Amino acid sequence: MLFRSPAMSAWDRFVETFFNAKVMLKYLPDILSGVVVTIELAVLIVISGLLAGLVLALLRSLAIRPINWLIIFVVDLFRSLPPLVIIVLIYFGGPAADISPSGFVSTWLSLALVLMAFSEEIFWAGITSVHKGQWEAARSTGLGFGQTLMNVVLPQALRLTIPPLTNRTIAITKGTALGTVVAVTEILGEASSAMSNSYNPSPLMMGAAAYLVLFLPVVVAARWVETRFAWKR
Amino acid sequence: MAKAIVDARGVHKHFGALHVLKGVDLKVAERELVFVIGPSGSGKSTLLRCLNRLEEPSAGSVVVDGIDMLDPKTDINHARQRIGMVFQSFNLYPHMTALGNVTLALRKVAGKSRAEADQLGRAALERVGLADRAGHTPGQLSGGQQQRVAIARSIALEPRVMLFDEPTSALDPELVGSVLEVMRSLRESGMTMIVVSHEMGFARNAADRVVFMDDGLIVEQGPPAAIFEQPTQERTRAFIGQIQRH
Repeated sequence: MLFRSPAMSAWDRFVETFFNAKVMLKYLPDILSGVVVTIELAVLIVISGLLAGLVLALLRSLAIRPINWLIIFVVDLFRSLPPLVIIVLIYFGGPAADISPSGFVSTWLSLALVLMAFSEEIFWAGITSVHKGQWEAARSTGLGFGQTLMNVVLPQALRLTIPPLTNRTIAITKGTALGTVVAVTEILGEASSAMSNSYNPSPLMMGAAAYLVLFLPVVVAARWVETRFAWKR
Repeated sequence: MAKAIVDARGVHKHFGALHVLKGVDLKVAERELVFVIGPSGSGKSTLLRCLNRLEEPSAGSVVVDGIDMLDPKTDINHARQRIGMVFQSFNLYPHMTALGNVTLALRKVAGKSRAEADQLGRAALERVGLADRAGHTPGQLSGGQQQRVAIARSIALEPRVMLFDEPTSALDPELVGSVLEVMRSLRESGMTMIVVSHEMGFARNAADRVVFMDDGLIVEQGPPAAIFEQPTQERTRAFIGQIQRH
């Protein structure tokens, strides 16, 4: 036969290198514990970031000038700084202010702040895109500002914000990988240390697979929410 | 004149440098139907919106059903329940059904239970001939039906006076009739109404009084026949002549 050589074929070599079963099995527990950390981080970031963003957007709708300047400043700040810089600042700068946040907390705080900033802008855009007539109709029936905002304007605004919001949320949540620089043992951290210990990139492939398993369902769920929230026209 | 339910005096409204209302006095008696006409930009809609304080008058006084609308101590949300308003663009809540639109303020402002609100809401939809559309969203309704739901949303709160801001201007001609029909039946039930509109036929046979506005002032007012047939002011004559050519 033509390929009956004792040496490995190119394909075998590729599999041996990137999908080495022995290495994978050995480091599977590490990657799984990384997955748990990533999920914990992601859930905390998404909940606190979106909540804070929504609160800022609602606060902004009150149109109190000094407060709005402050919101805009904070939002622009965290939208322009690279998340990695924020993580490093909090982690290494914290002790100077007599607080020593762990790598986990630094990563959570930083990415939550970034998500807060971006989602505030998205929520705000949603709120302002609701036609003025909706406010007037509700107010003319005696609904107060807050009642109108919560019952009439926000439900319409949220529907518009879902697509950009999911995009942003996924992009920022993937930033949990930045936690490696401050020794957070999330997926990428576990995968890269396993890679250096085994001299083999298979763990990295497992990490990639873990990200897919984590984020694909989120994307699919977002699509479902979009159709669910669309009202009949 | 019977007891005035709307009493606006010396109402001025500035939008920046623009002086839109230049001291308008308007008194409307209980059960009266007042029609406000005038060229675009004459301040008709602004006057209407000053009555329920959707616009803040720059000066003057507005008293509705004995309540001083401009008094800072007045609970404006409470007062607004007595003043229904219907808009040119309907402004129904697109994420709610017709019944949801009608019952929102009943539940949140009038404090009715859901069951009570639903019952009142259905009755209001019945009055505008849309009892069978309670579960439809605005997007599933024609323009005329949407405007009737908007009227139901207002009358469900049992207002003392209804304001109509060009209620038929955004409608296809064949849908105008159904809305005017509802307005006519409202009028027959004794509702006090102030209507900004160009439906001259309706004005002629339903209005008690026609008010002609131009350039932020009331130029002339009187019974429809007088205003339409023998206007005393040159500006009124010009305007009537213009719209009657169409």
